[in-house]
Amino acid sequence: MRQTIARRSLLAGGATFAGTLAAPAIVRAQGGAVKIGLITTLSGPGGYLGQDIRDAFQLAMANDSLGGVKVALTVEDDGLKPAQAKQIANRFLKTDGIKLFTGIVFSNVLEAVAPDILEEGGMYVSPNAGPSTLAGKNCHRNYFVVSWQNDSLHESAGENANRLGHKKMYLLAPNYPAGKDAITGFKRFFKGEVVGESYTKLDQTDYAPEMAQIRAANPDAVFQFHPGGLGIAFLRQYQQAGLVGKIPMVLAAPSLDATTLAAVGEIAVGMDVTAHWNSDFDNAANKAFVAAFTERFKRVPTYYASQGYDTALAIGAALKGSKGDVGEAFRTAMLKADFASTRGKFRFGANQHPVQDWFGLRVEKGADGKLALVTKGKVLSDHGDAYAAQCKI
Amino acid sequence: MTLLLEQALNGLQLGVMLFLLAAGLTLVFGIMGLINLAHGSLYMIGAFAAAWVQGRTGSYVVGIVAGLAAAGAVGAAIEVTVLKRLYDRDHMDQVLATFGMILFFNEAMAMLFGRQPLMAAVPPFLSGAVEIIPGVPYPVYRLAIIVVGILVAGGLYFLIGHTRAGMLVRAGATNRTMVRALGVNIRLLTSAVFALGAMLAGLAGAMTGPLLSVQVGMGDRILITTFVVIVIGGIGSIRGALAGALLVGMVDTLARAFLPGLLKAVMAASNADAVGAGLASMAIFILMAVVLLVRPRGLFPAHG
Repeated sequence: MRQTIARRSLLAGGATFAGTLAAPAIVRAQGGAVKIGLITTLSGPGGYLGQDIRDAFQLAMANDSLGGVKVALTVEDDGLKPAQAKQIANRFLKTDGIKLFTGIVFSNVLEAVAPDILEEGGMYVSPNAGPSTLAGKNCHRNYFVVSWQNDSLHESAGENANRLGHKKMYLLAPNYPAGKDAITGFKRFFKGEVVGESYTKLDQTDYAPEMAQIRAANPDAVFQFHPGGLGIAFLRQYQQAGLVGKIPMVLAAPSLDATTLAAVGEIAVGMDVTAHWNSDFDNAANKAFVAAFTERFKRVPTYYASQGYDTALAIGAALKGSKGDVGEAFRTAMLKADFASTRGKFRFGANQHPVQDWFGLRVEKGADGKLALVTKGKVLSDHGDAYAAQCKI
Repeated sequence: MTLLLEQALNGLQLGVMLFLLAAGLTLVFGIMGLINLAHGSLYMIGAFAAAWVQGRTGSYVVGIVAGLAAAGAVGAAIEVTVLKRLYDRDHMDQVLATFGMILFFNEAMAMLFGRQPLMAAVPPFLSGAVEIIPGVPYPVYRLAIIVVGILVAGGLYFLIGHTRAGMLVRAGATNRTMVRALGVNIRLLTSAVFALGAMLAGLAGAMTGPLLSVQVGMGDRILITTFVVIVIGGIGSIRGALAGALLVGMVDTLARAFLPGLLKAVMAASNADAVGAGLASMAIFILMAVVLLVRPRGLFPAHG
């Protein structure tokens, strides 16, 4: 299922190729554009996440170049199916000769694909998934994560629950690697009592049974991790079950992003979220990004978009440093993280995962009557992850 | 105890939803011998049409009608253009062709409506919750779905069991060739049955809009469960579809709700949650295996 956009970039690639033929020999000698394979989830419940990553990545590619180096982007939809993503990755590696990969949204997909790419000497820069399995002793020289280590999302939520004074929590997450990381991460920082835990199915959209379990457990607050469309369904059913306003929610960024907020509306007012990025961050890079994204795509960027954008900037900075090489020089340049992140502060830790600040946000109704995530304060500073110590690179 | 009752209601609601989907699928399979994987797409089309029209007009009822009409119309269209040619082919051809249609409809919906999930509001007259079990407010909308499901089941029971058209449908499910030999226009009958099934799928889709998020690919997931339902119930039998749907709805809901808790009695809590969740998602397949062991043709086989 090649996307329209992929076709368009193919055409653009074809045009570039024709242009190269016509150009003087010296230009051709420098080689073609650096090929980047973006495998992401564009269909199904998680479809908009991949769409935001792809769109923001392309937004950062001014004139088909990153960091002044020409790049050719090929986009493919993994459909949230690890096997499908593996096939695409192998085709990219073996047929298309792509060395530089990015795009994967879901941890289970990444866990299937990353070994294939890394064993073939490819480079992977993650714009979203950061599973614990690849952060500790299985970390890899050629594997970078620009977004986060999955746990830190939920560690910050756990810390936020402490700050908000919740003593009894009910935890819910889908039964897949990132879901388990969510529960583990939350518990690592939360100091109160966990009165109930539910693992849902990753493709589940009806949460009626879980609503009943929550009501029966009667916690101070609920922590739930349901990215994308799953979260929308969850919140709407939370309201239909009459739990909104009775049992507050403490969430991590994936459970309540700008798209979720637009979809659920008033239900979300007063909910607490932790994130590493928010559209209201007051730095020049972020302001430029939010303005450009909103103008081009006519929607508020989600943090997935900010990560796609930051990933493109990080790759751009590395390509600039390595002069277009995707090997050891790219790696060295990448480690410096010499780009203006939309989050403000950003650096890589020992396991090539981010070390960054985490903020508490709350959903509020603005003066214009629109709902927005408003940054309330810092929850964790220079926060890395629990696995960096096990990583020997 | 109230928790058990509430979960049973949830199971019933999932059951009637599955029944609406399974009814059409099982009839088509039983009478025409056609495996229609695109049945889930009709559910998706119904949901999209209803959510979109409701968003435009602000009326839930108009949305539901639009969902029914869209699913029925698309169903009739694919029956005439594609599926008719497949009735006499073997199952592999049917699976391939209808799988292709899933891809086609998913992409078509993505092009028409985008990949962001669509939302439909619960209509004001069905919003809120009532305490039909003391102390447990249950969403009115879910109760309404249960009522509609039961009404449809009753209507189908009357249609299939007590009308001339229904008699032909039953006869067709038992022996298609004989019915044709007796001079009945079985092609017309199958087209009518297919359109009816498509409309029921569309109804299910349209009604889920306010509960779940309406998104591309939503039909693919529920299709598998629907096939489990018709295999358990006995292919071609409406009664079987009803029994199978209620059974699957109950088992799925109750397993998800109570298995982790029960497992905690025998293993560490942290393992019990994960193992319980895993077992719960397998529960309906285990149920199917057990039913097939005891009754290889399903609970209420249509063919003699």
